[in-house]
Amino acid sequence: MATNLSPTKNPIPEQEPNVRNKNFDEVALGYTVELALDEANRCLQCRRPQCVTGCPVNVKIPDFIKLITQQDFKGAYHKILEDSSLPAICGRVCPQENQCESKCVRGIKGEPVGIGRLERFVADWVMQNADEMPEKPERNGHRVAVVGSGPAGLACASDLAKLGYDVTVFEHLHKAGGVLAYGIPEFRLPKALVQKEIDKLTALGVTIQCDATVGKALLIDELLSNDPDVGGYEAVFIGSGAGLPVFQNIPGLNYCGVFSANEFLTRINLMKAYDERYDTPLMPISKVCVVGAGNVAMDAARCAKRLGAEVTVVYRRGEKEIPARKEEYEHAKEEDIIFKLLTNPVEILADENGWVRGIRCIEMELGEPDARGRRRPVEKPGSEFEMECDAVIMALGTSPNPLLRKATPDMEYTEKGGIVADEHGVTTKPGVFAGGDAVTGAATVIKAMGAGKEAAAAIDRYIMKK
Amino acid sequence: MPFQIVKKEQLSDNMFRVTFHAPLVARRAQPGQFLMFRVDEFGERMPITISYFDREKGDVTVIMQRVGSTTALLASMNEGDYVADVVGPLGNPAEFDNMHKVIVVGGGSGCAIAWPQAKGAFDRGCHVDIVAGFRTKGIVVLEDEMRACCKNLYMMTDDGSYGEKGFTTVKLKELLEKAKAEGEQYDTCICIGPLPMMKFVCQITKEYGVHTMVDMNCIMIDGSGMCGGCRLTVDGQRKFTCVDGPEFDGHLVDFDEAIARSKIYEKQEARVFQRRHHCTLQELADREEAARKAAKEGK
Ligand SMILES: Cc1cc2nc3c(=O)[nH]c(=O)nc-3n(C[C@H](O)[C@H](O)[C@H](O)COP(=O)(O)OP(=O)(O)OC[C@H]3O[C@@H](n4cnc5c(N)ncnc54)[C@H](O)[C@@H]3O)c2cc1C
Ligand SMILES: Cc1cc2nc3c(=O)[nH]c(=O)nc-3n(C[C@H](O)[C@H](O)[C@H](O)COP(=O)(O)OP(=O)(O)OC[C@H]3O[C@@H](n4cnc5c(N)ncnc54)[C@H](O)[C@@H]3O)c2cc1C
Ligand code: SF4
Ligand code: FES
Repeated sequence: MATNLSPTKNPIPEQEPNVRNKNFDEVALGYTVELALDEANRCLQCRRPQCVTGCPVNVKIPDFIKLITQQDFKGAYHKILEDSSLPAICGRVCPQENQCESKCVRGIKGEPVGIGRLERFVADWVMQNADEMPEKPERNGHRVAVVGSGPAGLACASDLAKLGYDVTVFEHLHKAGGVLAYGIPEFRLPKALVQKEIDKLTALGVTIQCDATVGKALLIDELLSNDPDVGGYEAVFIGSGAGLPVFQNIPGLNYCGVFSANEFLTRINLMKAYDERYDTPLMPISKVCVVGAGNVAMDAARCAKRLGAEVTVVYRRGEKEIPARKEEYEHAKEEDIIFKLLTNPVEILADENGWVRGIRCIEMELGEPDARGRRRPVEKPGSEFEMECDAVIMALGTSPNPLLRKATPDMEYTEKGGIVADEHGVTTKPGVFAGGDAVTGAATVIKAMGAGKEAAAAIDRYIMKK
Repeated sequence: MPFQIVKKEQLSDNMFRVTFHAPLVARRAQPGQFLMFRVDEFGERMPITISYFDREKGDVTVIMQRVGSTTALLASMNEGDYVADVVGPLGNPAEFDNMHKVIVVGGGSGCAIAWPQAKGAFDRGCHVDIVAGFRTKGIVVLEDEMRACCKNLYMMTDDGSYGEKGFTTVKLKELLEKAKAEGEQYDTCICIGPLPMMKFVCQITKEYGVHTMVDMNCIMIDGSGMCGGCRLTVDGQRKFTCVDGPEFDGHLVDFDEAIARSKIYEKQEARVFQRRHHCTLQELADREEAARKAAKEGK
């Protein structure tokens, strides 16, 4: 079956590190048809494909890869669409090495099949060669409201619209997309792609209402009421994400020059501070220290690099524990970002006017494993040192935003502030469904998308039963 | 979805009253809340207090001081024009519980924010006195509106060109001293103005044990708790102005930190202004002044 027995993946063409760390254009350029065919031929078409079990939404991976080998790229695309709504996006940002590719049998001896790269290839090929806007399906006369336009909300709206529902998405920001718009940078996920997905939703008849804050301008109960202006929805899906930045409790956090990664990335991605034509100010930065080593930290570090700064990532555990996608970590290293591992900040230092001038850190070593089996870092006594910098970016995670919670007290929440919902997105409040980061806390695009799809099906069952 | 400017008036050299048609903002707006607007695709998201709202018409009004690029852009727009975005109401409504005898201290454009709060307290039957401070006569605004919702209005200017000469803090101290002597101390002070003024007012009211509410205007981006850029320290704890405020107990706010943080973008903002307006704010004001003079002389 497999005609390509090479133990390694076809590399994906990329911009040179020393070129790309100065621009915001996409880093990975994508497979050509030849590379895609060659890579697709590495797939063994397993009878019990393990890759599928590793995919949070169980995309029929061998089936779409087979269609690629038959050069039916459009067919491959539609095969993916049976389970996923956003292939062009997931092909770029999914942590495949922990999901499908981690399970691929070819990975036992050598590298797994480049499933993510193939997914991206078919999505891009279709977009360039056979793109068509979906037709507006016939309406079924039922209305559903969606809160938040991140991957969870978009996926839920899309599936419901395809079933004929009249869907309105309410988004607080002036642009739709959630983290895809404000968090993940252009060089990893071109915003034109996100816009394309949103245009497709609009073509399906979904109304996207930006500048609409649920919990402030409108309440969930009002959406579910008979209010002639804002009511009339039979169900509400909440996909409000986990946008609240977590700050570490060390002295000096409020000095000028300390940012949450969310603030830094929002200024750049949503407010386009790197683009001359935009008014968004950004302080000039020459030496930046990023705290944390997740995807968010990598994105912040790589953005800072592109703005001309010397960037050091400080992380309290070791290389093996880095939570970012491997590809992002590799890319960051190639782009000359310095990693100080097993190092923890203890204090941010400022000059007499309250502007950051450095950061005091302490070296760590790995001790006993914790409950999750990760070795707990412990401080090395007497190893404190100072590092000069003019900006500190805190990328230590986010938690669900309390705004909607405060306005909707009659629903159950977890201790951490997440909405309590079952695997179909059913919450404790009748008619209200939820999914994505708002339920799970910060997770992944594919999981949020999957939750949105699951909830769409549940909402359909709920309304049809009424 | 663009939002129309349905009314615009110039109140003084640098103060403007602008009404947007934004039904979604108007429908649940309450005193003390703010909205954010964005002039166009390239603009910043700008927080500004809602001064009035008309739920029937779906209109919201703001009173704005022209201090930089974005406010100058809005000031240059006309009735009938559209801005790209208006979102709100954001932040928590002002609270008027347990207030009986209230002193309101407003500084400059802060009077625009203080006035609806004074009115809120007055409408609930409180005794309200207002101390309103302005740099100079030319920028005095809302005098009639303020007078209509208080017992005593004390107008102050730094240079003595209108009302009494002196800072609001001097008058405040005098009034608190008098109230103390009469045994009828104010129970609440509402103070809104430049950060340094709020800082000094709080020092004074603390001395007299008068509970003080301040409205913090921090630099914001999203206004929904997502960026943390608007954070400040209140009673040793981290608070986000946009979701936890904008009103805080002034005796607990770390003003020095807030003052330092408000200056983060000073330099860049001047550059943005140059690019958008091809001049400095001073030149813009001078040019307007010259035009006004010319018009007068022409008559
Ligand atoms: C910088 C960064 C990089 C990341 N990189 C990756 C990656 O490489 N791969 C990966 O899989 N995942 C990544 N993630 C995680 C992933 O983006 C999230 O898990 C995913 O976006 C969650 O989707 P969501 O739909 O639940 O919420 P979000 O994408 O957070 O969207 C929520 C939306 O709801 C809006 N909203 C919130 N409250 C309200 C309200 N009250 N009214 C109206 N609207 C509201 C918000 O403005 C927002 O637009 C990254 C996250 C960040 C921040
Ligand atoms: C909750 C809230 C309510 C507000 N309500 C009002 C109001 O009712 N009327 C009004 O006139 N203004 C109000 N402001 C302040 C208003 O947002 C700023 O004047 C505006 O951001 C200045 O923008 P600019 O582009 O014109 O000036 P810029 O060029 O951005 O700045 C010019 C000067 O203003 C300072 N500045 C910038 N942003 C702010 C800010 N957010 N707060 C304080 N100073 C700032 C800068 O440091 C600089 O010195 C409010 C701010 C907040 C956060
Ligand atoms: S596990 Fe690997 S080889 Fe097997 S079907 Fe999936 S992608 Fe192909
Ligand atoms: S403005 Fe971003 S958290 Fe308040």
